[in-house]
Amino acid sequence: MLHRDTVDSEVLVHRPWIVASMFAVVLVVFLMFNLTGTTIGELMRPVIGDPLKSGFYGRFTIAFVIAVMFCLNVVLLGFAPLKMQLGVVWLELLLLFLAFFKSFDLSLPFIWKHLPFLITQGVVTTIYVSALSLIFASVIAIVAAIAKLSSNGFAYGIASFYTSLFRGLPLLMQIYLIYLGLPQLGYVIDAVPSGVLALSLCYGAYMTEIFRSGIQSIDRGQWEASRSLAFGFGLTTRRIILPQALPVIIPPMGNMFISMLKDSSLVSVLGVWELTFLAYQIGQPTFHNMEMLASASIMYWIMSICFELIQSRIERYFARSKVR
Amino acid sequence: MTPCVAADASPGDSSSDRRSLTPEQAAVIAGKIIEAKNVSKWYGAFRALTDINLTVRGGERIVICGPSGSGKSTLIRCFNRLEAHQEGRITVNGIILHNKMRNVADVRKNVGMVFQHFNLFPHMTVLKNCMAAPMWIKGMPEVEARKIALKFLERVRIPEQANKYPAQLSGGQQQRVAIARSLCMEPAVMLFDEPTSSLDPEMVAEVLETMTGLARDGMTMVCVTHEMGFARAVADRVIFMDQGQIIEEGAPHDFFTSPRHERTRLFLSQILSH
Ligand SMILES: Nc1ncnc2c1ncn2[C@@H]1O[C@H](COP(=O)(O)OP(=O)(O)OP(=O)(O)O)[C@@H](O)[C@H]1O
Ligand SMILES: [Mg+2]
Repeated sequence: MLHRDTVDSEVLVHRPWIVASMFAVVLVVFLMFNLTGTTIGELMRPVIGDPLKSGFYGRFTIAFVIAVMFCLNVVLLGFAPLKMQLGVVWLELLLLFLAFFKSFDLSLPFIWKHLPFLITQGVVTTIYVSALSLIFASVIAIVAAIAKLSSNGFAYGIASFYTSLFRGLPLLMQIYLIYLGLPQLGYVIDAVPSGVLALSLCYGAYMTEIFRSGIQSIDRGQWEASRSLAFGFGLTTRRIILPQALPVIIPPMGNMFISMLKDSSLVSVLGVWELTFLAYQIGQPTFHNMEMLASASIMYWIMSICFELIQSRIERYFARSKVR
Repeated sequence: MTPCVAADASPGDSSSDRRSLTPEQAAVIAGKIIEAKNVSKWYGAFRALTDINLTVRGGERIVICGPSGSGKSTLIRCFNRLEAHQEGRITVNGIILHNKMRNVADVRKNVGMVFQHFNLFPHMTVLKNCMAAPMWIKGMPEVEARKIALKFLERVRIPEQANKYPAQLSGGQQQRVAIARSLCMEPAVMLFDEPTSSLDPEMVAEVLETMTGLARDGMTMVCVTHEMGFARAVADRVIFMDQGQIIEEGAPHDFFTSPRHERTRLFLSQILSH
C-alpha cells in the first residue's frame, strides 16, 4: 500500500464532477462501437424495437444504459468497505470474462470428459517442470548475483557471460540447443531434464539481475556494521544482506515465477506431456481445439493465482519488521 | 621470536624478560590498545591522512574533533580496518593491520564501533541485534547470549524495548541499542563516530549520558564528536585534526583554555559560539 494519510479523504467516486466525467467517457466510448447486433442489442429489444433497424437511436440508448449502469455500480461500490469492494469487483469482472468465453459456444461435455486427464497428466507435469526449474533457477541466480558483485574477475567473467548469453537467446532456441545440441557432444538427455535445464538457465539469468539489484539496494552501513562486529563475508550475506534484500526481490520474483509457469509450455515442442501439449493433442483430432485451449488457459490462470496468494503471504511475513 | 635466551639475561636487568616478546605483545603489556605510527592514507590521489601518530592506552578516553572533511572518520575507521591505510603501522591489541592479514576478525571482535546513522539490522528485533554477534562469532549458546544482551540493554536503560524492531524506536533509543550491541562483544575499546550528530537535541543528552556512564566504568573510548561539553567532562585527551593531520592534542583543560595553534583557536571559536 501507498503510505496512508491519517485523515480520510473524500470518496473519489462520490464527487459530482468525477461521476459526470466518468459517465461522459463511458458514453462516448460505447457510442463508438455499434453494439446493436450483439446480445446487448437483443436484450434491449423492448426499448428500441428491432435492434438492427434502430439506427442511431438504438446505438445511443445502448451506450446510455451501459453508462448509467456503470456509474451506478461505481457510486454504490463507493459506499462499501474495502474488502467488499474487492470481492464485488472481482466477481463482476469474472462474470464478464465468463460471458466472453461463453460467446465461443464451447462444448461443455467435451471439456468435462477430458478435464480429468488434462489435470492429472498436464497440470501435474507443468507444475513439476516449473517447480524444479524454479528451484534450480533461484540457486543459479543467487550464486551468479554474488559472483557478479564480487571483485573476483574470473567469477564476474563467467557470471556476466552467462547472463548475457541466456538473456540474449530466445528461450525456444535454448530448449532446442540443449535437447539437440548436447547429444552432439555425446551426452543424450531426455526431454524433461533438458526442458528443466533450459528453463532454469534462462530464468536464472533474469533472476540474477533481480538478486543483484536487491543486494545492491541494501545500505552499505549494513555491511560496515556487520564488519565492525567481525562478521565474515558469508555470514553477512546470509544473515544480514539477503534477508533484507528478499522483501525487495519478492515482487519481481513473483513475476518471474508466473512467467516461467507459462513459458514451461515451450517444452511442449520436445513432446513432453505438459498442459499445452496435451491440450493440442486432445483437441486437434476432433476439431475441439478451442475447448481444450480455453481449459488449459484457465488452468494456467488458476495456477498463477496460487502463486500470487503464496507471494502475498510471503510479503506479509516480511512486512513485520516495517511496522511502526 | 625465540624464547628468552640465557645469554641475554644478565642479573639486575629488569627488562630481560621483555626481550622474548614480540613488539606487539610488548605493546599490550605496556597497555597500548591502539598504536598508530606515521600512518598515511590516500583515496586515489587525495591524501586523507598525513603522518598520524597516536597511542590509545587501556582505560583512556580520547576525543577527536576537527572541521568537516578533516579525516576524523577515516582515522577511526582505520582502527578496525573498515578502511585500509597505505603507509605507516597500526597495531590493535597486539595485531598489526595490513592487507594480507587473515585474522582481521580477531581485531574486530575486540573493537566496538558506533556509527552516526546507528546501522542497526532492521530485520531483527533489538534483542536479536544484540545477541547476533556473541552467538555467531563467539559461538555462545542462545541462553547465555540473551542474558548478556539483556544485561547491556539494561545498562543503556532500554530493556523494555527488547522485542521491538529498530524502526519502532526513537533515534536516541536506536543509538543506545547500537551501543549495547557493540558492548555485547565485550570489546577492549569502543570507537564512536559522531554518535549524536544525527539526533535531535533532546536525544543527544540520553546518548551522551550513556557514553559518560561507560567512561566512568573504565571503558577505553575513542570518540569523534563535536560535543565539547562531553569532551571537557570525560576526555583524558582531546585531539584536534585538520586536513588529515593531527594539529594539536592535550588535556581538555589546556586544550580549551589555551590552544596553541591558530587553527584550533579558530575552530573552537566557531564551534563554541553556537
Ligand atoms: N570513499 C572516499 N573516497 C574518496 N574520498 C573520500 C572517501 N571518504 C572520505 N573521503 C575524503 O576524505 C576526507 C576525510 O573524510 P572524513 O569522512 O574522514 O572526514 P570527517 O572528518 O569525518 O568529516 P565529517 O565531520 O564531515 O564527518 C574528506 O575530504 C572526504 O572528502
Ligand atoms: Mg565523519
